[in-house]
Amino acid sequence: MSNRRFDIQSQPGFGLIAMITFFALYLPIAALVAYSFNASDSLSVWGGFSFRWFVAASHNLAVQDAAIRSLIIALWAAGLATITATMAALATTRTEGYRGLTLKYAAINQPLMVPEIVTAVALLIVFSRIKVWTGYSGLGYLIAAHTAFCIPFAYLPIRARLESMDLTLERAAADLYATPWRAFRYVTLPLLRPAIIAGFMLAFVISLDDVVITEFVKSGGQDTLPTYMLGQIRRETTPEINAIASIFLALSTVLIVVFFFINRRKPQA
Amino acid sequence: MSAIQTAPEHAKSRDIRNRWLLSFPALLIIFVAAIGPLFVMLVYSFLAKGDYGDVKPWEFSTEGWFSVFFERDIFDDTFGLASAHLSIIWRSLKLSFYTTILTLILGFPTAYFIATRPQKTREIWVFLITIPFWTNLLIRTFAMQQVIRNEGIVNNLLTWLGVIKSPLQIIYTDTATLLGMAYVYLPLMVLPLYASIEKLDFRLVEAGYDLYASRLQVLWRIVIPLVKPGLIAGSILVFIPSLGAYVIPRVLGGGKNMMLGNLIEMQFGAGRNWPLGAAMSITLMILVTLALVFYVRNASKSGAGHV
Repeated sequence: MSNRRFDIQSQPGFGLIAMITFFALYLPIAALVAYSFNASDSLSVWGGFSFRWFVAASHNLAVQDAAIRSLIIALWAAGLATITATMAALATTRTEGYRGLTLKYAAINQPLMVPEIVTAVALLIVFSRIKVWTGYSGLGYLIAAHTAFCIPFAYLPIRARLESMDLTLERAAADLYATPWRAFRYVTLPLLRPAIIAGFMLAFVISLDDVVITEFVKSGGQDTLPTYMLGQIRRETTPEINAIASIFLALSTVLIVVFFFINRRKPQA
Repeated sequence: MSAIQTAPEHAKSRDIRNRWLLSFPALLIIFVAAIGPLFVMLVYSFLAKGDYGDVKPWEFSTEGWFSVFFERDIFDDTFGLASAHLSIIWRSLKLSFYTTILTLILGFPTAYFIATRPQKTREIWVFLITIPFWTNLLIRTFAMQQVIRNEGIVNNLLTWLGVIKSPLQIIYTDTATLLGMAYVYLPLMVLPLYASIEKLDFRLVEAGYDLYASRLQVLWRIVIPLVKPGLIAGSILVFIPSLGAYVIPRVLGGGKNMMLGNLIEMQFGAGRNWPLGAAMSITLMILVTLALVFYVRNASKSGAGHV
């Protein structure tokens, strides 16, 4: 039906608007990255190409500290979220509807439904109380909060994979007298692995990116990279912040590209 | 899928126990660090405010809720509408609505463009939309700041071209917040629209042309009604986070052009009025829920084809 003189699919001007959209999506990010190589002290005046702000950022102790903290929290949160979400996905798929199933779905997806700022202040209320009662003010609060909002992101790809998975192999394992655990370990888990990796990476990026909830839950001196940057943006900024943002950008882009390729290779089980 | 239900009774009850045990850890974490605190916040909204933030425990008060919408005159104790709060709520609704419209104007043609590319290049275009979507929101907001600052790209370019003499004040205005939100949430509009348009049966479009419809008529009377589920999904996906936006108005709107998210934050910080902040948070959740209800009702009306 295509390739006739009159292309029924085309709409005049849509291609142009699409190009404007792509341009608008990438221009600010490109400018940010370009200016992180600026040699001058100013954000707006170009002073030649230089890596000096990347060097400055990598020597900045506060940045190092925040980066390490971000990674620790993201690893814990994504790890815990992936494990618990995998278990929950096993419990909510391949079963006939049962009482409580809808409620479970709603609960697991709850963090997606509530505006972040609302969750953030609710956590502020509860955790500040607990901090007073227990005297504990470590990273546990941030890890718990991050795990909670990472669970739906880990859960979704894993559940999708489980739902599209053929049960024949598992049943064959059972017929060959595999215990449920062995059937899971040697049949289900390997088939599920790509989705688990994808879920982990999504959760990891989501945790790494969070700024609002972290800002309200963190105790003094517990900046993550995003909250550190938020604090800096308020002041007069130097290209150093562009350099930090560029490194951050590169890291999450790599993760997402890898995620994209893992997810695209859909094995037909 | 249901052929395995021939197992004996005891195996069935074991299954039931297992599926609760398996989902318990995830549910526990979500309850402790997401759902539970919301209930605590609901309670807080009905308590009296403490002198230095926090609340007076177990002292019931409706002052928090009252102050969301009304204010008392400090001299004669008469009360009127809390115009400052209401204007911020109104701004949040207005800017979220404009953001939705702006992303729709840019997003619909973009999604249509992507969906009508050949299969292979289509994936690349979708990928190009996805990359900024997964880029940190703060970084994107900051990037937008670089573009619209007084010494930013837009102003530098316009000055260099001689269009303007002094820089345009875009940053720290409502326009800046609007541009930032549209920029950040645009992919949320394009992706569901794309999913919808991709499924469009172009034979119907062809039939339209055969019956002498113009391009505009085909677009308006065939394409748009058929992709309505995607249109509604995209709009709601943009509208809801816009309503609760906190970082974007804070970075781009400056201190004066607050949205509801910033107003809530203020009550927990400098305002030291936790019950009011809690009541405002619940107000925001009610607004979001209303938007969702609107979505669900429209989505079910226009068929199950939504995302």
